Amino acid sequence: MNIIEILNLIHEYKEYDDEGNSSGTVRAVDNVTLEVKEGDFVAILGHNGSGKSTLAKHVNGLLMPTAGSVMLLGRSVPEADPIWTVRRDAGMIFQNPDNQIIGASVEEDVAFGPENMGVPQEELADRVTEALSKAGMSAFRMSSPNALSGGQKQRVAIAGMLAMKPRVLLMDEPTAMLDPSGRKEVLKTVHELNREEGITVVLITHYMEEAADADRVIVMNEGKLIMNGTPREVFSRVEELRACKLTVPAMTELAYELKQEGLDLPDGILNWKELANALCNLN
Amino acid sequence: MIRDITLGQYYDADSVIHRLDPRVKLLFSVLYIVSLYAGRGILCFALAIVFLAVIIALSKVPVKFILKGLRSIVILIVLSAFLNLFLTQGEVLVRFWIFKITKEGIRIASLMVIRIVLLIMGTSVLTLTTTPNDLTDGLERAFGFLKIFHVPVHEVAMMMSIALRFIPILIDEVNKIMKAQQARGADFENGGLIKKAKAMIPLLIPLFVSAFRRASDLAQAMEARCYHGGDGRTKLHPLKYHRRDVIAFLLQFAYLAAIILLRIFLRAFPVEFL
Repeated sequence: MNIIEILNLIHEYKEYDDEGNSSGTVRAVDNVTLEVKEGDFVAILGHNGSGKSTLAKHVNGLLMPTAGSVMLLGRSVPEADPIWTVRRDAGMIFQNPDNQIIGASVEEDVAFGPENMGVPQEELADRVTEALSKAGMSAFRMSSPNALSGGQKQRVAIAGMLAMKPRVLLMDEPTAMLDPSGRKEVLKTVHELNREEGITVVLITHYMEEAADADRVIVMNEGKLIMNGTPREVFSRVEELRACKLTVPAMTELAYELKQEGLDLPDGILNWKELANALCNLN
Repeated sequence: MIRDITLGQYYDADSVIHRLDPRVKLLFSVLYIVSLYAGRGILCFALAIVFLAVIIALSKVPVKFILKGLRSIVILIVLSAFLNLFLTQGEVLVRFWIFKITKEGIRIASLMVIRIVLLIMGTSVLTLTTTPNDLTDGLERAFGFLKIFHVPVHEVAMMMSIALRFIPILIDEVNKIMKAQQARGADFENGGLIKKAKAMIPLLIPLFVSAFRRASDLAQAMEARCYHGGDGRTKLHPLKYHRRDVIAFLLQFAYLAAIILLRIFLRAFPVEFL
């Protein structure tokens, strides 16, 4: 079943010069059609300004399409009334961990979403407990968000989404401001949620290594969807990726360079284990 | 760590006063101010002092913390004492040059000082024993009735609690910008007042820009979590009155009644200098 269905989506916004006069429109998302299956882990790649965040913000109704349609769980997102009801099903995690925590304590922050949904008070504490344990943050329930590390803050943000019991997690570069260990812990949490809870994940990123672990990789360039396939398929197209200012995972690149030099290696090697195996099998 | 400092002047302790509902303490602040102005004479002030002393003892807040609050208004106290002392007409006790100290002057000035000191100490009990967030919650509920007059009570309370959450983050940001500007030769320490004020401009502009960016991010994050105003919102820890709150309410009103009765009684049977 398709949990997200995007058909011919166009999003335009007006640009204004310094005097406030309209100086034309910019097409941030250009005729994108995309389907995401329930339970999938999809990574969206693209350099800055490729329209990947804009695309994701249509799925939970933060932005409205100029043309085209967006369906979430078989329901038209732009026509949802009131609009916040679609956001229960599609939680969104943002880049800056500080700018998405509202509560004065971890517990209060996680409860913020369900509080807005009007979940009865008796059920709120249970939801918080459950969400915190799924995100692995139970020990910090009473902490102040200011006392947490970046990775921990992002996990609190994830718990805040889980407390709304969403079917989809939209993650807008959730690891961009984290150190390597923070990145690792956030991604581990997200993969576990995808595997164990069956939550569909849409991960926007520009770290190729993160995309390599996804079920499907989508590449966007200048508002257009230009590639859509398994990581192996997408990362085999090294030249095309380079053309839209993207790199490929380090091992893929190394394998590609070796192949250019005449070694007989398969396309789309994703990690060092695959590369090592391929090299050992050369003769 | 600047990020861990408690905001406002909250003093963390486990006491009956800390556990009281913030609304009770809010009302206490108001009633106590009323009592200080309703009361006349030394007896009333003695009662006010005893009542406050009991509360402070119960709150387990060290007296020096409460006295700290007075530091900022020392000038106000001295000035009002000075004016009352020299400008009150009446029976002259001492006279030198153009100044004269009267018996009434001493009386009024000393009562004035006691009143201001009690006022500050009494109201600081609220902020010392209530976390800023409890205080916001209390304000939201206490002024909830204003909603019928279309006052956006929930929104104001939400803004207050968000502001409280962002204060440590913005302090961090100021430090970061300051270091960045100093690294490029900005000088925040030297020069006169005007030069120092001018030096703040390269600090404030980036701070404002970043605060607006944060605000916009936060608004999106709140919307993404189904925020749509106060309607239909539930609370994880709603404020509820307990037995101790009811007792505290009753005690407050008993105290105010005692002050008023004392005043009426003293007017009916005047006693010299009370």
